[in-house]
Amino acid sequence: MCSLEKRGRLFILKLTGDGEHRLNPTLLDSLRSTINQIRSDQSSSQSVLITTSDGKFFSNGYDLALAETNPSLSVLMDSKLRSLVADLISLPMPTIAAVTGHASAAGCILAMSHDYVLMRRDRGFLYMSELDIELIVPAWFMAVIRMKIGSPAARRDVILTAAKVTADVGVKMGIIDSAHDSAAETVEAAVKLGEEIIQRGGDGHVYGKRRETLLREVLVHTIGEDESGLSVVRNTGSKL
Amino acid sequence: MCTLEKRGDLFLLTLTGDGEHRFHPDTIATILSLLEQAKSQSTRGSILITTASGKFFSNGFDLAWAQTAGSKTGAANRLHQMVESFKPVVAALLDLPMPTIAALNGHAAAAGLILALSHDYVFMRKDRGVLYMSEVDIGLSMPDYFSALVRAKIGTSAARRELLLSGKKIRGEEAVGLAIVDSAAYDSEEGVVEASVRLGEKLAAKKWSGEVYASIRKSLYPELCGILGLETRVFATPKL
Repeated sequence: MCSLEKRGRLFILKLTGDGEHRLNPTLLDSLRSTINQIRSDQSSSQSVLITTSDGKFFSNGYDLALAETNPSLSVLMDSKLRSLVADLISLPMPTIAAVTGHASAAGCILAMSHDYVLMRRDRGFLYMSELDIELIVPAWFMAVIRMKIGSPAARRDVILTAAKVTADVGVKMGIIDSAHDSAAETVEAAVKLGEEIIQRGGDGHVYGKRRETLLREVLVHTIGEDESGLSVVRNTGSKL
Repeated sequence: MCTLEKRGDLFLLTLTGDGEHRFHPDTIATILSLLEQAKSQSTRGSILITTASGKFFSNGFDLAWAQTAGSKTGAANRLHQMVESFKPVVAALLDLPMPTIAALNGHAAAAGLILALSHDYVFMRKDRGVLYMSEVDIGLSMPDYFSALVRAKIGTSAARRELLLSGKKIRGEEAVGLAIVDSAAYDSEEGVVEASVRLGEKLAAKKWSGEVYASIRKSLYPELCGILGLETRVFATPKL
């Protein structure tokens, strides 16, 4: 499902195996518990998280086949992803997504929920597929898109044409920070960036708090923070 | 004042009549009713292209008609009437269950520019025509939904300033540079319309569900939809 490696001060979280890494309840639980593990690590306030994956996919989104067998699971998966994204936003360390494969819909949102997004240019694309597969885009997905994609035209292209965005196009659109020639080079660049960030120093707890403030609009949707900025629910799991 | 033609998948909305294609209450009512017609006849793959012919796309509200009210209050009331009755036109375009393209044959000023910007894509000519928010020059304040639309569609503070505060007449090349329009690569009326038709056909080929398209479009512009009283069908969970 997912693995965690520590390389010096870097945490490398990997979605493992050759499959589509569909965000089903099991994988989402596994990711959340791994993030909690990272959060409670003693060195966490001077660390960096890199999230990457094996194989052809970063993540192909929610497990739609599963949802079809049991519609209440779609509520559950959405709730769990919201909590995971809230956890990433409050994480007391910078986060880097090393996108080495396709990232679709919820998978794309997961990638964009990181502070830096690095991607391979030789294969793979970001794809908000909802328009093509006739899903409505949840309001909280739109909040992530508004926060992470600055240009109205780029937002329109991503969500209203279901564009398959390759890395170089993503850089031009301001969605991707940098494009690299292969999966290995993408991860290498993420490691290098992570190490540079650690060198700069700084307190991860302060970083995490500031990120929460910056991405308040997303948190309002994901954890129901009220207007005063007080967390109503925090890291205690789904809203169900 | 305005006609609606169907050419295969394409609905062609043309502003006809006097040279400036100004919006008089009757014009506004006609436009609204034609948009309703397009909506009722829409199918998968439908596209709307709005254009005009001659020197002007539209020069905005019919201020001369407002003046013939005979008194200052009368004129203000008539202007207010046009502002209020135009709001549903913008709402109808945001709600339209098909991609929309504005093919600017010429000048688009004030409410005429607002009509253009209410479309998903805007093409204009390189050689002729300007965009002009004339309000600042004629001492009119801006309706709330005008500013909300500009905020929704135009991303940089420099572009918003040039458009709303400078009283500048913005030509094609600059409009592209400021990301106010999608393209201004055309040297003739035919060129702009042809480009719009080409894009339209490309989008039509996707055979998207109009209902899903409109829903996703509205969710891109929550502030504007709120002001227009358009429900964005905020889903707490995705329809998986």
